[in-house]
Amino acid sequence: MGLREALASGKVVVTAEVAPPKGTDLTAFRESLPYLRGRVDAVNVTDFQSAVVRASSLTLCRLLLEEGLDPVLQITGRDRNRIAIQGELLGAAILGIRNVLAITGDHTEIGDHPGAKPVFDLDAVTILQAAQRLNQGRDLAGNPLRGATDFTLGATVTPCYEPLELQVLKMESKIAAGATFFQTQAVYEVEAMRRFREATAHLGDVKVLVGIIPLKSAGMARFMNKNVPGIRVPEELLERMAAAPDPVAAGVKAAGELMAALLAEGLCDGFHLMTLGREDLVPEILAAAGLA
Amino acid sequence: MIIAKQKELAEILQMLEGKQRIFLTGCSQCATTCKFGGEEEVARMAAALKDAGKEITGTVILDPSCISLKVKKDLRRAPGLQEAEAILVLACGDGCQTVAGNTRLPVYPANDTLFIGEVERVGRFKEVCRACGSCELGWTGGICPVTRCAKGLLNGPCGGSRDGKCEVDPELDCAWILIYEALKERGELDKLRQVRLPRDHRKARRLAIN
Ligand code: SF4
Ligand code: SF4
Repeated sequence: MGLREALASGKVVVTAEVAPPKGTDLTAFRESLPYLRGRVDAVNVTDFQSAVVRASSLTLCRLLLEEGLDPVLQITGRDRNRIAIQGELLGAAILGIRNVLAITGDHTEIGDHPGAKPVFDLDAVTILQAAQRLNQGRDLAGNPLRGATDFTLGATVTPCYEPLELQVLKMESKIAAGATFFQTQAVYEVEAMRRFREATAHLGDVKVLVGIIPLKSAGMARFMNKNVPGIRVPEELLERMAAAPDPVAAGVKAAGELMAALLAEGLCDGFHLMTLGREDLVPEILAAAGLA
Repeated sequence: MIIAKQKELAEILQMLEGKQRIFLTGCSQCATTCKFGGEEEVARMAAALKDAGKEITGTVILDPSCISLKVKKDLRRAPGLQEAEAILVLACGDGCQTVAGNTRLPVYPANDTLFIGEVERVGRFKEVCRACGSCELGWTGGICPVTRCAKGLLNGPCGGSRDGKCEVDPELDCAWILIYEALKERGELDKLRQVRLPRDHRKARRLAIN
């Protein structure tokens, strides 16, 4: 069962995330696979995340397929214009990739080639629009395709965004452009999701997978609070992490508790686990959430 | 207003290498108001070049430096131009090209032209328009997303703003939060409900109009 079937089944959907290597060494990628296979419904592959040069998302998506995992191709508007984006999507479809997550993308200036030309010909919404057209057998300019794509389209949303109303308006645009599932920025509080679900109650049947980044230390939590937009680790969790003899285990436990609480209140349809290189933690997180 | 800033003297001297007799032009408009090519700046540049061993054959403040016919006429009767080996232009990139198009002498820019901007107060300028050829201000509360959003986004904000500031530069307000606030205040948030198509970039590439 892949992501599409999982989303349709009504079960708790779990996606994970891997980043392509900076270089050609696939050791870490291959080592992560046993922790994911059979445990998650799909695996996102990031697209030059943080505007850093790495191997392409498409390449690793194909490798995931060969390993029996359902990949989600992340694609941003930062590095490619509308011609390259549509071409990449057609290529992905030819390679058997069925899921696309459209992202606007971090600005080139925050990456490792800060002088690069930022493209942003399309944004998350217009990438979705393009992909939706490809699904309908046409390109963005209306030209017919020989063979349409059949993507399940997703997008991101930030529940802790201020002002939330603006984020919800953007989410509406993404839905209008074809998004059927959302993966959220990392969340650490049930209350944040309560507020978010209330603000999005009018949006009908879109699937929301709550982003989970397990904390590895109190320092990491402080760093994210200070530097990562849309992430808010509450003070009491910070203290809990600081006091924990084994902070990684404490982070896993806290993630599991949050997930169980969100499910208990029916605040989401599943989870998107962003383990940032510690994919070996995925089985433990799922167990802590009662999902193993 | 066109905003520019003077290049470092070292770079100017490098461009002028091998040229001894220099003619300077300024401009009466933006360059005067924003102090990158008015009387004062031209006089200061003349003095600096003299200090560096150059000879200044003459100066003129073009009025303005971006109207071709006028520049042609003013250059024709500018005293000192005949004796010059090169012209250094204290104007914007347009002013510099207009001068270059009306002389056979080599022409050098004294300034780096930055943007079309607004004068917030003396010495402080804000970029507000990229001359994109298809103005969006009618639905954005009078705030330009093409220019003032670092990604030029038309379909709402990216996820990168923090405390209302842009992910690229914490000194700059996130344009999209400003747009949201402006539209909310006017009761026009519905304008953000429409998905905006990708821009037609041909519109920004009109090289001439009649
Ligand atoms: S939308 Fe285009 S023309 Fe209008 S202010 Fe912005 S850049 Fe200038
Ligand atoms: S933070 Fe705001 S201004 Fe900066 S790129 Fe994102 S949407 Fe644009």
